[in-house]
Amino acid sequence: MESKKSEGESSRSRISALVVDDDAIIRKIHKAMLQQVFNMDAKSVKDGKEAVDLHRCGANFDIIFMDKEMPIMDGHEATKELRGMGVKSMIVGITTRADEKDREEFLAAGSNHCFEKPLNRAKVEQVLHDHPNFPF
Amino acid sequence: MDRNQSRRQVAAMKQSLFDQGLLDEQFIQLEELQDDANPNFVEEIVTLHYRDSSRLITSIEQALKERNPLDFNKLDTLMHQFKGSSSSIGAKKVKAECNLFREYCRAGSAEGCMRSFQQLKREYAALRKKLEAYFQLARQAGPQETACRSK
Repeated sequence: MESKKSEGESSRSRISALVVDDDAIIRKIHKAMLQQVFNMDAKSVKDGKEAVDLHRCGANFDIIFMDKEMPIMDGHEATKELRGMGVKSMIVGITTRADEKDREEFLAAGSNHCFEKPLNRAKVEQVLHDHPNFPF
Repeated sequence: MDRNQSRRQVAAMKQSLFDQGLLDEQFIQLEELQDDANPNFVEEIVTLHYRDSSRLITSIEQALKERNPLDFNKLDTLMHQFKGSSSSIGAKKVKAECNLFREYCRAGSAEGCMRSFQQLKREYAALRKKLEAYFQLARQAGPQETACRSK
C-alpha cells in the first residue's frame, strides 16, 4: 500500500481517498466525513467503471471506499479489475445488507475490509487502526 | 421565547425523534459534519433525500401498477436505492420497512410488497413532517454549538 507521506510536501501528507458510490447523498456524506473528520484528500465517482477508468488514467489513492451494488460495474467487479491492474490501494467494500455472501464476494475480489452501509467514523477508525502504515 | 429556551426545545424535539425510534445514530454522525463552513449540512442532506425519495416512491408506485406479473427484480432495485438514501439520514423505521419490502420481493409476494409499501409511505410521511418541523424550529433557534471533532 502506497503511503502518501513525503517530507517537505505537506500537501502530500494527507491520505488520499476515493469514494465510489452511485448515490449522490452517500458520496456527499462520505466525502465530508473523510475530509472533515480524518483530514483526507477525498474524491468521488459514481460507479465502478469510473473508478477503473480513473486508475487507467494514472490516478492512485491510498484508500478506496467501494459500494457493492452499482450500475454499469459492481463494486466487487471493480475491485477485481483494479487488483488485476496491480492497484495496491486499501479497498474497503461497503454493502447495503448484512449478507455474508456480499462480504465474501468482496473479500474474494481482493478488498481488505467489508462493512455494511453507512460508513461511519468508527468503521473508518477501525480500518486505519488495523493498518498502522496510515498515520493518525 | 429566548434563544436558550428555543435551543432546549430543539434538543427535546430531536430526542423525541430518537425515543420514537424514527432516527438512529447516523443522524448524529451527520450533525458532527456540520460546522461554520457547512452550517446547514444536515438539512441539505435531508433535502437531497426528499428529492430522491419522491422520485423513487413514484417509480415504485408505477412498478407496482405494472402487474401480471410484478417485476420483483425491478422493485428490489428501486427499494435498494430507497433504503440507501434512508439509511444515509438515519431514518430507522423507514429503513426497517425497506428491508421488509425487499424480503417480500425475494419471496415473490405481491400482496406483501403492496402492504409493506403502504406502511413505508406512512413511516416516510410521518418522519418527513417531524423533520420539517424540527429544522424550522432549529432555524428559529439559531446556530447550535458544533460538535468537537478530533483532528
